[in-house]
Amino acid sequence: MSASDAPLPDGIVAVVKRDCPTCVLVAPVLVDLAARSAAPIAIYTQDDASFPSGVSPIDDTQLAVSYHHEIETVPTLLRVTGGVERERIVGWNRDEWEKFTGVAGLGGDLPAWRPGCGSLSVDPSMTDILAVRFGGSVLHARRVELASLEDEHEALFDRGWTDGLPVVPPTEARVLAMLAGTTRPPDAVVATVPPNLEPVTVEKIAINAVMAGCKPEYLPVVIAAIEAMCNDEFNIHGLLATTMPVGPVLIVNGPIRRAIGMNSGVNVLGQGNRANSTIGRAVQLVIRNVGGGRPGGVDRATHGNPGKVGFCFPEDEEGSPWTPFHVGRGFDASTSTVTVFPGEGPRCVVDQQARTPEALSMSLAACLRTVHHPKLPLGFDAILVVAPDHARVFADAGWSRERTLAELHANLQLPVAEIRRGVGGMAEGLPPGVGDDGGTIPKFRDGGILLVHAGGGAGLFSAIIAGWANGSTGSQPITKEITP
Amino acid sequence: MTIILDPTAERNVAQRTLLDRPASLAGKTVGLLDISKPRGNVFLDRLEERLADAGAIVRRYRKPTFTKPAPVDLRHEIATQCEVVIEALAD
Repeated sequence: MSASDAPLPDGIVAVVKRDCPTCVLVAPVLVDLAARSAAPIAIYTQDDASFPSGVSPIDDTQLAVSYHHEIETVPTLLRVTGGVERERIVGWNRDEWEKFTGVAGLGGDLPAWRPGCGSLSVDPSMTDILAVRFGGSVLHARRVELASLEDEHEALFDRGWTDGLPVVPPTEARVLAMLAGTTRPPDAVVATVPPNLEPVTVEKIAINAVMAGCKPEYLPVVIAAIEAMCNDEFNIHGLLATTMPVGPVLIVNGPIRRAIGMNSGVNVLGQGNRANSTIGRAVQLVIRNVGGGRPGGVDRATHGNPGKVGFCFPEDEEGSPWTPFHVGRGFDASTSTVTVFPGEGPRCVVDQQARTPEALSMSLAACLRTVHHPKLPLGFDAILVVAPDHARVFADAGWSRERTLAELHANLQLPVAEIRRGVGGMAEGLPPGVGDDGGTIPKFRDGGILLVHAGGGAGLFSAIIAGWANGSTGSQPITKEITP
Repeated sequence: MTIILDPTAERNVAQRTLLDRPASLAGKTVGLLDISKPRGNVFLDRLEERLADAGAIVRRYRKPTFTKPAPVDLRHEIATQCEVVIEALAD
């Protein structure tokens, strides 16, 4: 609420309503003032645009002036100079009015004093209406009233608005607080959300972020992730519809990780950190509630995976031997980004024996080879999350991000003879006509391994998050800058 | 009483009534859309034979990739050229 939302003219401003006996009593005084006052007088009327007669009242039946200038009593007189209120008096008091206006002999036949009445703008029956009309005017979503005997959590389940877990009821107050987390206007359209191709505003994202349990400072990450997902390149529609067990996996980089308290250490891919847990969930609730993408509807996953409730984690940049992940994707280290990847659940790579980067690279490559099937090349990308104990092996040998990736790719050249259909007693594999000239075929396309450093300080492990059909026929990982 | 904000797009999908089922396929143009899943063509070839036996005129279409919705031009082409659509997803 701001007085600047309803500017006042300079001079004397009166606010009245016909329903107030004191206002009716002083109506002739206002007519007299309009004729004799040196300062211009403007009379705002709350309930009857023709009251008082004999002057030209200004219609305030929408109560904008009364609300924004916090009028509590009628009549109220304000003195305004330079558009700013300098002084106010309320009710009728002849001496006060004469002093305030500088006009003598006002209302000689009236009693000397009468209290005013309550302003319509503070009438209890108007409180909610005006809060929505003015304070809540930034919110456009439909209001849903829950009965007093209705359990609000059950009500949200009943309406099909949850992912199977309880959500925080998105009250107007909570959503307004959430919107404070971004400088973007609530009615700005962020993206068009599949499968129903619905435009989603900042407000709708904020509502779902409240439901997911986000704090306002997480909202910019959620918004950037929605932008990154809802386009033909990332193809969230296909990702949602596929029978494969994948969903959007979010990797957060840059200063915002620390600013909002994300966890990149112990149990980084697990539960327990509010930002990690709720940002990915908010994204999935937007897909569900705004886009209409629901399991059993357009979501046809055969198994799905627990990460489809929400899967978001930050890189441990500070402890990493490598340049940050987003720098490898063309961003400055000081820029905060979110990368969306079409991923399944993580699997663990155990190698507690390797003390050389060559040996560890071989182990990681052997496990990466099994992504979706050891005999299927090129079709899928993967995130490799290297924990500090494994990363140290590379760091001690001075292997950069580029070197580490190059060695992995070199160890992932699959001999065609090993991956033809039928070889090894497995029907799956390269179809006839592909790779007939022998040689090798890479398991991953260029850039198909996304190397990230994260995890607790103990454990000679890495984790692989396998992807979905990649490239233009499937999904392309997308990195977006997170802006306030 | 609690007031909450609707988290959905607040738009109900339009309900359209289905056309009457044709009594016969004889002389009707039937579109078959290959969504580009492996071996979908094998299934559709057989379907085309059966439909031709029933007197239908069969037209074949193909999506560039099964992972994305059919391009709008393809949808329009099917809608303008066919009288009957058999909608199905192979997997």
